[in-house]
Amino acid sequence: MQYIPNILFLLALILGIGYFTRNIRKVIRNIKLGQEVDSSDNKGQRWNNVIRIALGQSKMVVRPIAGLLHIVVYLGFIIINIEVLEIIIDGLFGTHRAFAFMGGFYGFLIASFEILAVLVFVSVIVFWIRRNIQRLKRFLSPEMKGWPKNDGNIILYFEMVLMTLFLVMNATDISFQEMNSGNIVSKHIAGWFGGTSVETLHIIERTAWWLHILGILVFLNYLYFSKHLHIILAFPNVYHGRLAPKGQFKNLESVTNEVKLMMDPNADPFAAPAEGAEAPAKFGASDVMDLSRIQLLNAYTCTECGRCTSECPANQTGKKLSPRKIMMDTRDRLEEVSKNIDKNGTFEPDGKQLLDDYITREELWACTTCNACVQACPVSIDPLSIIMDMRQYLVMEQSAAPSELNVTMTNIENNAAPWPFNQMDRANWINES
Amino acid sequence: MSAPIKVPTMAEYMAQGKNPEVLFWVGCAGSFDDRAKKITKAFARLLNEAGVEFAVLGTEEGCTGDPAKRAGNEFLFQMQAMMNIQVLNGYEIKKIVTTCPHCFNTIKNEYPELGGTYEVMHHTQFLKSLLNEGRLKVEGGKFKGKRITFHDPCYLGRANNEYEAPRELLQKLEVELIEMKRCKTRGLCCGAGGAQMFKEPEKGNKDINVERTEEALETQPEIIAAGCPFCNTMMTDGVKSKEKEDSIEVMDVAEMIANAKDL
Repeated sequence: MQYIPNILFLLALILGIGYFTRNIRKVIRNIKLGQEVDSSDNKGQRWNNVIRIALGQSKMVVRPIAGLLHIVVYLGFIIINIEVLEIIIDGLFGTHRAFAFMGGFYGFLIASFEILAVLVFVSVIVFWIRRNIQRLKRFLSPEMKGWPKNDGNIILYFEMVLMTLFLVMNATDISFQEMNSGNIVSKHIAGWFGGTSVETLHIIERTAWWLHILGILVFLNYLYFSKHLHIILAFPNVYHGRLAPKGQFKNLESVTNEVKLMMDPNADPFAAPAEGAEAPAKFGASDVMDLSRIQLLNAYTCTECGRCTSECPANQTGKKLSPRKIMMDTRDRLEEVSKNIDKNGTFEPDGKQLLDDYITREELWACTTCNACVQACPVSIDPLSIIMDMRQYLVMEQSAAPSELNVTMTNIENNAAPWPFNQMDRANWINES
Repeated sequence: MSAPIKVPTMAEYMAQGKNPEVLFWVGCAGSFDDRAKKITKAFARLLNEAGVEFAVLGTEEGCTGDPAKRAGNEFLFQMQAMMNIQVLNGYEIKKIVTTCPHCFNTIKNEYPELGGTYEVMHHTQFLKSLLNEGRLKVEGGKFKGKRITFHDPCYLGRANNEYEAPRELLQKLEVELIEMKRCKTRGLCCGAGGAQMFKEPEKGNKDINVERTEEALETQPEIIAAGCPFCNTMMTDGVKSKEKEDSIEVMDVAEMIANAKDL
């Protein structure tokens, strides 16, 4: 009988980590639905970016208030989780504060956890106020209604509760309080429990301890359903992020081959394709499978902070385009495809796609390709590349450019300028006074 | 203005069996747009003044394909690119300077993969190097102490991380440079990029160029300095829509330098 808590703990751990692993594997499977891209170059630069941008949060502090608060929560998350290691050992082996033998150093550790817990709690409250009372514009966009809004708040509640449980657990731990080392915050909370019987204190301590670890396991499994997945994916996402200048858009290789053929005087324009030749590739993207794996990773990584949208010139002037919505739509569609695969084994066409059913043409054509969204993203997401791939599909597969652009393109084709001027007049400016 | 400008073409250089120091890529706006042609000429005068042996392609130049590519027409872009690369490689061009950040970005970043690798400079970078080499002297003159704000072109700034060259030139003109609320990495687009120049904007509550012009006007400038013919058009239109065209000028940095030197 005395081993029942240990067994229950083990079961909870297996269940929690097992379900989480299952969902992470699903994320990987879904990302692999995208087109393969090579990002094996420049390893040094890529690791450097991970250290600077992801670990070092260098782009977060561009907005100082949100940036500093985020660093507090981020540090708290990483450092307080050292405590989880002790909780797991205690839970599995029935020990109590297995690391306490470290003495003074243990006190130092717990003291820093407790201080961080308070700082995290305060930061999270400020975050909540920014979302719900101060109502910052970037949290009120149309795409933030419903689940995205609730999701943001649920994460904050989770963190408030977990931090509270951690402090209560310490405050009601009689032996820990008697050690009087490291209880820098919890000793004040312990005062609130003055007069409570030893038995009751023990029950509160055990309850807080169990709820704390179960809460962590539940939160872990919440990630897959939430924008909060960024706490894991930000790192690989930054690693695979673009290194080339932002102005360099990729050249489509399939088009290069065709253009070379067209310009080759020796090519036979009527030649039948070679036996067994691959079907010509689809140009651009109309659904998530046409996008690259990095773009799909981008979609899972997006934490919907909205810095991209708040810098977007089109969005600022009331157009429908919101780079954040591009990322959210991509993830939503990818999840829809994922459920389809779960149900049918392989993807069964469902008569839907990313274009039109999620992202409208009006949004795509409003983009000025100014790269403000790419610059703003703290975790190297590139919404612009998705917009461009979808424009390519519209123009090259559907000939569905806005009519003024068709005129522009015809001009370029006929007289090598976007306006209807004769190429022979191109140097006339030299002699005009 | 004063002396006629000397603008030889590559074909002329070729006929003499010579190679110029640099090719001036004029671009479509620079060739055909009346406002942009003034920038082209101002820059050509500065090149003459500095004794730079340069040439243009003239009628052999064609659109780089930037608007086609950003509109999604990769075919047309690559056709334009390949034709231009054939011409450029045929003349064995090594170094290109252009007054258009879009041409600059496209030739610099997107042509190499298609077989066209050159040293490409934006005219503000090139002018800066002429100053550093002592080939061109710039003094404040009529711009000294004037309140001026600089609008960063997206395809020079964010796209290629060049924020300082145009500002260093303005500093040489001894202007009082006042930055807009959003500048450099956070500079707001003028609204022309991504082929928007050639279409009506989508429905919204304001035009982007008006939004940007309002930000520029907050600095109470006498001149809005630009480094791109398209930004120049958009900002000029913005200033007109605010009925400030009598008091505020939109000028390219090259025009300002040429102007300061009475060229």
